[in-house]
Amino acid sequence: MAKVRKLSPEMKKYQNMAGRLRPGKPIVKNAVAAFFVGGLICSVGQGAQWFFMRHGMTPKEATSPTTVVMIGVGALLTGLGWYDRVVKVGGMGGSLPITGFSNAMVAPAMDSRTEGLVLGVGAKLFTVAGPVLTYGLAAAFVVGLLRYLITGVA
Amino acid sequence: MTFLWAFVIGGLLCVLAQLTLDLFSLTPAHVLVLFVVLGALFGGVGLYGKLVDFAGAGATVPLPGFGYTLVTGIGEAVKTKGVLGLLTGGLAAAAGGIKSAVLFGLAVALIFKPKT
Repeated sequence: MAKVRKLSPEMKKYQNMAGRLRPGKPIVKNAVAAFFVGGLICSVGQGAQWFFMRHGMTPKEATSPTTVVMIGVGALLTGLGWYDRVVKVGGMGGSLPITGFSNAMVAPAMDSRTEGLVLGVGAKLFTVAGPVLTYGLAAAFVVGLLRYLITGVA
Repeated sequence: MTFLWAFVIGGLLCVLAQLTLDLFSLTPAHVLVLFVVLGALFGGVGLYGKLVDFAGAGATVPLPGFGYTLVTGIGEAVKTKGVLGLLTGGLAAAAGGIKSAVLFGLAVALIFKPKT
């Protein structure tokens, strides 16, 4: 949190002016773009899941290979430089699906190849995946533990 | 029909993420972390599972589906292995995704050169 500071009259004047001139965020436009891009990616995922289900898997069994396919597609499109455009258009619609997670791993790793294979590629693969895994695993542990303590089974 | 619901639910989850990003001025990484944690919480109380049954990939492809996978994995592991399942279940269930992400990520980062 930023500390509230006493502002001199000039600073107040500047802030008022900056507030008026700063372009408003196109919230509605962003949301619509996120809806269509995210929805489209999930439909592609549903297509992959349908393919695996046609080959005799239950919906639950088909989830894991579907995730693998989507991650592969996301990584490949990132390598080709196309996924950045998906994120530019769709915002979180491109970032929230697992393809975007894959993009968030590959893009920094690819950019930092000059820093070496260990501290560049190896470390930067986890720039975003690291925090997601850390807090995802921590949250899942806490939730699982609470359920175990309350119900006896998790 | 599942395709339609996958589109609608997947799209709406992304809209929620986009609104969180725009209205609270967070970075995309913060939003992703938040949504994984939310997926684990809603998975834990059984709500996210209903969404998965209803919308298929519309709920499993977005990142909250990852948190949900971690929690359901823990649930199944505790049933068979007891308390130890709290530690092993999550990663075991998500292993396919995590390992493929590392492998694909490494391969692509080594093969392709960044554009611009």
